[in-house]
Amino acid sequence: METLLDINWRLFAVVTLNGLTLASLYFIVASGFTLIFGLMRIINMAHGSIYLLGGYIGYEVGAATGNWLVALLVAGAVMALAGAALQIAIFGWMQGQDLRQALASIGISIVAADQMLAYWGGSTYQVDLPSYFSSFVSIPLAGGYSAARLLLIGLAVIVGVGLWVVLNRTRIGMLIRAGVDDRDMLEALGKNVPVIFVGVFAIGAGLAGMAGVVGGSVLSLSPGEDARYLLSSLIVVIVGGMGSIPGAAVGALLVAMAETYGLAYTPTYGVVYTFAIMVAVLAFRPQGLMGRAV
Amino acid sequence: MKHRSIRQFTGVAVLASALMSSTALYAQDDVIHFGGLATLEGAFAEPGADGLRGMELAFEEFGWEIDGKEIEFTSASSDGTPDVALESARRLIEQDDVDILVGPLSGSEGIRLAQYAKEQTGTTFLNGGSAAVETTLVDPAENFYRFNTDGAQWTAPLGEYLVEERGWDNIVIVSEDYSFPYAQIFGFMATYCEAGGTVSDKFFVPVGNNDYSSVIAQLPQAGGDVDGMYVVLGGSDAVNFLTQYAQMGGDLPIVGGTNAVDQTVLAARGQARQLLPGVLASGPISDNDDSEAWTTFVEAYRDHFGEEGLPSPSVFAYNYYTSTKAALTALQKVGGDLSNDHADLREALDTLELESPTGTVTINENRQATAAIYINEIVEDEEGDLTTEPLMRVESVDQFLGLGEDAYMELGLPSRDNPSCPS
Repeated sequence: METLLDINWRLFAVVTLNGLTLASLYFIVASGFTLIFGLMRIINMAHGSIYLLGGYIGYEVGAATGNWLVALLVAGAVMALAGAALQIAIFGWMQGQDLRQALASIGISIVAADQMLAYWGGSTYQVDLPSYFSSFVSIPLAGGYSAARLLLIGLAVIVGVGLWVVLNRTRIGMLIRAGVDDRDMLEALGKNVPVIFVGVFAIGAGLAGMAGVVGGSVLSLSPGEDARYLLSSLIVVIVGGMGSIPGAAVGALLVAMAETYGLAYTPTYGVVYTFAIMVAVLAFRPQGLMGRAV
Repeated sequence: MKHRSIRQFTGVAVLASALMSSTALYAQDDVIHFGGLATLEGAFAEPGADGLRGMELAFEEFGWEIDGKEIEFTSASSDGTPDVALESARRLIEQDDVDILVGPLSGSEGIRLAQYAKEQTGTTFLNGGSAAVETTLVDPAENFYRFNTDGAQWTAPLGEYLVEERGWDNIVIVSEDYSFPYAQIFGFMATYCEAGGTVSDKFFVPVGNNDYSSVIAQLPQAGGDVDGMYVVLGGSDAVNFLTQYAQMGGDLPIVGGTNAVDQTVLAARGQARQLLPGVLASGPISDNDDSEAWTTFVEAYRDHFGEEGLPSPSVFAYNYYTSTKAALTALQKVGGDLSNDHADLREALDTLELESPTGTVTINENRQATAAIYINEIVEDEEGDLTTEPLMRVESVDQFLGLGEDAYMELGLPSRDNPSCPS
């Protein structure tokens, strides 16, 4: 009986860590999504495509240079540029027309998915991690745990703290927060709002692109991942509150924990819990857990 | 603004009518119209494209004509779901008016299409790559032929082999949760349990689940009570699972389902490649089979498709090729005669002994193939490509796995809990 108890605690600890690491990945993807929505009210349905394309680019750069960090940064930079280009070339033309922007972004995601399929094919890709991440870290209760997955938690903390500092301690952050609160007022004060929009779109897309490389290293990249991460981002921000970074963190944690505990303890119903959380939030707090009533 | 939208509308209308007229060139007596249905979108896009390559290869071989009648070919796409497959098959048959349909690719699609075949008695259906057991077992349609072996036939020889050649008698199974893996486990366990093996646990996971860490936490990490693990996952699921299992420090010996050693897995880029050499699996083909029929087929495939194709034809190219060739061979026998609801063609198909790239294929009274199965090991060749090396070839595996129809039917239909041993 005692051994059984031991085993269960180890399983519980490992599953909890799995939940935390998955939540970290969801948070990195969803933070960009929620940032873009918070400021511009654009529901960017192409966010998943940016994630996947970033991952593929990271793979190509990683294979060419053999350096994972370079792959991460290049993918982030390229996708940030792509995001800025999207805002300038497409969404900027329909500013304020939420539905049009959402529909245009769906169109972009469909075209992007087929283009990526044509170029990279249906095979599964994985970005190579530096060898020191393929070791194990000893963790109380859980025993050995993969360093690659712990890396996710570290990155999420860096992204979270970074975003918090930028938003709360810099002038640009102040402008973005002001824009979230009242776009018209900010514009009336003489600030160049379109430029801020492009900048925020670039940050959001860059985060998604980097998440693609990280996800492609720890998990994998294949056609269909774009829709998967778009869906998880949507659920995360609906649960956490549209436009709120702390909300994205809380949402990611809830969704990922529900998914991992569900898969571990009741494999068949794993998917249901995520949607049950979403339904409950929509029923009792439609603006999301950390969202502000509109 | 208004001006532009009128111009756009005219453009769309012209385009639409051009498309419609291109599909209206049917119903000529000197043309035999083939339809090809495969998954060209979503996760199975690569297998689907390779399936259609197989069909093209068969048409090439016959010079795109039968007895002076030209072969016309229309392909359609599905996304792996039964609804979309049915919709595409409907379009091919009811609008494009194809005579012979080859497809679909995926298990549950095949079950649905075999039902639909009963409504379309004027069309002859040949299965593409789909391999669920039920398609030709439960109330089979008169005009639905499967010249491929099914998922249970593919794995049946492996179960016995593991017990007798490797001395394994206790394993765990990790599998996706739908009809095709059930069939694979069913075939495997039918002979494995019979030979004295036991399965101590089965773990089912949703298809397309990216993160397997929570399942892996429950699996044995190394040998001991358990001899090995049978992994029935396909495509990116297999790659994710194998990588994460290694990341978590697991090193149980692994045997794979047929899809776990498919070219979509073997061609994957990244860490997972290092884990695959040495994995055992079984299926209808073996990349490194040195028989003349197979090497000729591989050469024809490489000559025709070059860089565009896979390094070696996949199981889907083989299956679509074999079915198309069966139809063409039978058509040649009857001089391309499709009159009287294909009566002559079907008689020819019923008695056909087809020379496929893996040897002779025949069909039984359910129109289900009997053919050879290979037990394979994954090896890395000189160029660093992963291929399957045949360890053993088992001749004439029939629909009832050699148990006889009565004993086989007593096993019931594959499901999560059936079969189980110890029960």
